[in-house]
Amino acid sequence: MLVRSTALLAMVMMMLTTAQAPQAAAADDTPRRDVAQFKLDNGMQVVVVPDTRAPVITHMVWYRVGAADEPRGVSGIAHFLEHLMFKSTEKLASGEFSKTVSRLGGQDNAFTSQDATAYFQRISREQLGTVMRMEADRMVNLRLTEEDVKTERDVILEERRSRVENNPAAILGEQMEAALYMSHTYGIPVIGWMHEMKELDREDALSFYKKHYAPNNAILIVAGDVTPDEVRKLAEGTYGKIAANDNIKPRNRASEPKARAPRRIKMVDARAGKPTLRRSYLAPSYQTDEPGDAEALDLLMKVVASGPTSTMYRELVVEKKLAASVSGYYAGHGLDSGKIAIGAVPADGVSLEKLEAEIDRILADVKQNGVSEAALERAKKVYIAEYIYEIDNQSSLARRYGWGLVVGATIDEIDGWPDALRKVTTADVKRVANEYLDINQSVTGYLKPSESDVAGAGAAAKAKPEQG
Amino acid sequence: MFARSMSVSTCLHRAALALTAFAAAAFISLAAPEARAMKIQVVKSPGGIEAWLVEERSVPLMAMRFAFEGGSAQDPTGKEGVANFLTVMMDEGAGDLDAARFQELEEELSFRMRFSDSRDTFSGSFQTLTSNRDESLRLLKLALTKPRFDQDAVERMRKQLLSGLAFAAKDPNRVASKVWAATAFPDHPYGRPSRGTLDSIAAIQPADLEAYRKRIFAKDTLKIAVVGDIDAETLGKVLDDVFGDLPAKAELTKVPDTKPVTGGVQRVVQMPVPQSVAVFGTPSIARDDPDFIVAFVMNQILGGGGFASRLMEEVREKRGLAYSVYSYLQPYDHAAIFAGGVATQNEKIGESLKVIRSELERMAKDGPSDEELANAKSYLIGSYALRFDSNAKIAQQLLGIQLDKLGIDYPDKRNELIRAVTVEDVKRIAERILNVDDLIVTIVGQPVGIPG
Repeated sequence: MLVRSTALLAMVMMMLTTAQAPQAAAADDTPRRDVAQFKLDNGMQVVVVPDTRAPVITHMVWYRVGAADEPRGVSGIAHFLEHLMFKSTEKLASGEFSKTVSRLGGQDNAFTSQDATAYFQRISREQLGTVMRMEADRMVNLRLTEEDVKTERDVILEERRSRVENNPAAILGEQMEAALYMSHTYGIPVIGWMHEMKELDREDALSFYKKHYAPNNAILIVAGDVTPDEVRKLAEGTYGKIAANDNIKPRNRASEPKARAPRRIKMVDARAGKPTLRRSYLAPSYQTDEPGDAEALDLLMKVVASGPTSTMYRELVVEKKLAASVSGYYAGHGLDSGKIAIGAVPADGVSLEKLEAEIDRILADVKQNGVSEAALERAKKVYIAEYIYEIDNQSSLARRYGWGLVVGATIDEIDGWPDALRKVTTADVKRVANEYLDINQSVTGYLKPSESDVAGAGAAAKAKPEQG
Repeated sequence: MFARSMSVSTCLHRAALALTAFAAAAFISLAAPEARAMKIQVVKSPGGIEAWLVEERSVPLMAMRFAFEGGSAQDPTGKEGVANFLTVMMDEGAGDLDAARFQELEEELSFRMRFSDSRDTFSGSFQTLTSNRDESLRLLKLALTKPRFDQDAVERMRKQLLSGLAFAAKDPNRVASKVWAATAFPDHPYGRPSRGTLDSIAAIQPADLEAYRKRIFAKDTLKIAVVGDIDAETLGKVLDDVFGDLPAKAELTKVPDTKPVTGGVQRVVQMPVPQSVAVFGTPSIARDDPDFIVAFVMNQILGGGGFASRLMEEVREKRGLAYSVYSYLQPYDHAAIFAGGVATQNEKIGESLKVIRSELERMAKDGPSDEELANAKSYLIGSYALRFDSNAKIAQQLLGIQLDKLGIDYPDKRNELIRAVTVEDVKRIAERILNVDDLIVTIVGQPVGIPG
């Protein structure tokens, strides 16, 4: 179950990905909620997911901008701005946004990823108009004082210490991403590099804000006890009053060259609890793939590496007892790229090299022999069920559509995901395994508690970046 | 532990309240749908097993939550962590199904079955699609009544648990919580590590798992909540099918009532991390104390979730000393604590703790302002409905209400209880709970300027 919980999360993440089925979907009988969509005159996209079971709503605004859109040298500015959005506007004093939501009986928060920045409130249906007014207000009227900026910068530095500096596995993760992407900004962490975060200032934040925050670069998603007509009326009276920004350009970020050699990172850190092995492969995403490849990659990784029924778990944990845990997944949600990831903790007395060789042997076997029909069908069932379970939760549904739309998927594609999965054959899975499990497109990471654990040490100690 | 793309690459504005160290599944965080009536039926099976049911036929799903009294407080001495061990063994084979086949069926039938232990309960979460309900429930029953504990599966899970302990030993958050509990409750089950130690996990045998299961999985302490696509009559049969074969009576070891040590203790655990993690707490009041709701409101003002709390304002918003700072009430069955946490770079953790102490003192001395109380009440009352917006969440709430013995009308009464709280009430309870001289603090890291 320890392994499983990891796998489960990975699975939930994958559910957030979007399908690229060539034709409109929802032709099958998978239970789902009806979704309405329309556009405001200023170009703001709107999606409504009615669920009348409880008198509450989830209101989200997604901007088509994330950390990967940052200019070089100001890493972390997308996320820093997201924090600063909770400061003041002409109408609201600093910090009053969240306090107002709270007084109204609601909860609010926000998050930033490489491709998206999203703000959300969960609140009673009666307050929808109020939170829309406030969210529309801060879309264009943000005011920042030097003092607010300076204090909040200390907060994000503490956030980086909590998430990364205190956690060697997170440090290794950053190093691996930086090695995986040689040109694309996906190689820079969302939270930013420490030395650049320390220099972020008010001008950096405001310039990023003015460039990217506008109704025609945003998606409104409302899920819960509300009708599309109600949302349209409220949206036209709030977001609809904001002029479009004609300078918003389609996102066009550096593309990745075809890599020519595998990269390896060995890191020694006494704070690591156990030796750990990780492997990432660059892969296409649902947005960049040849139709059907991303679905096949999702299913490939479910069968091979996710959960206790997977090939790797069965062979390495159950049968050969070479690993304490092993798991893997395909992350296909990115606008410009996807990733295949595998991680394992060796059993006591087993070297990382030995475990890595075994993982490579299993991958080679999958490339040669493919996966069984039974395992593929089971994997489809698991993912389609996850998709169905999401209809119980309005926030999950709001996020499902948000993650998809923000990288350019359509509602039909998102709704068509179960059907697109059903179409994947064992031949498809074998083909994508051969195409994308290419060691030259990969990064392998070793994390060791001490030097002595590292076979062929020496190159290892330098991997640790500057801290704090 | 491994990067999970979105979850790792996403940075939140505010951390979710980090309650894992202490969170009892049972602790209900109070919420009531005011605008729409929710009909809770008490279903009694032909065999006499009771469950609370909310029928919700609009989605073809059913969510069930259930719990037995027990939890890690019932782990025998020397076998600490056995309850937690059992939670990971529940789908490792049962009846005629070995682990591999059981887990394949779990996927083929697409049901979700998870078990967890708190200090006082062993609980289960089960969700199924209507289309696979009967067969899925058959596997739940097998897991509860005929788990196999095959030696091979036990050894495999043991390795994973030991590996988990090795990671936890280097995780400042986990260490801070563990040391806090050990400091607060010496010589009491609540002071022991609920996930066990390297020695205790190494010592646990299949017979220990089975002994725990037999003692704890019993009908007299069982509480069940079901929400979803099922009617009362069908549920009655399900209850007998799934739980009917369990023993009538649990064999619980007596756990004495206790209190965290008083007098003020501060412990520092050195760890080479740039940011110190601190956990703090004092004795508090029980869930059945007439003032519990008052204390709950007090905590909301002081350090409860959201940006509106005093700790958030003083530590983060004004001074930028932390990303996350919080407090909460944890009413266990046999002790009650007020606790909280903060993480700040080593050089400034002393300042964070000083600010927190002075906020606790200020609340104890002066209580809240009228405005703070009004704001906290309107948040708590308004947001209650947010706890009831999915089958799974409603089931969780209804189980919590049963475990806390609050009565089936609690969702209707709860907001009235909040409304009735006065400034004087909050001041009185703050004075009673927030004794900074009794504060137990554990700090993990390389704190500067703090003796230890």
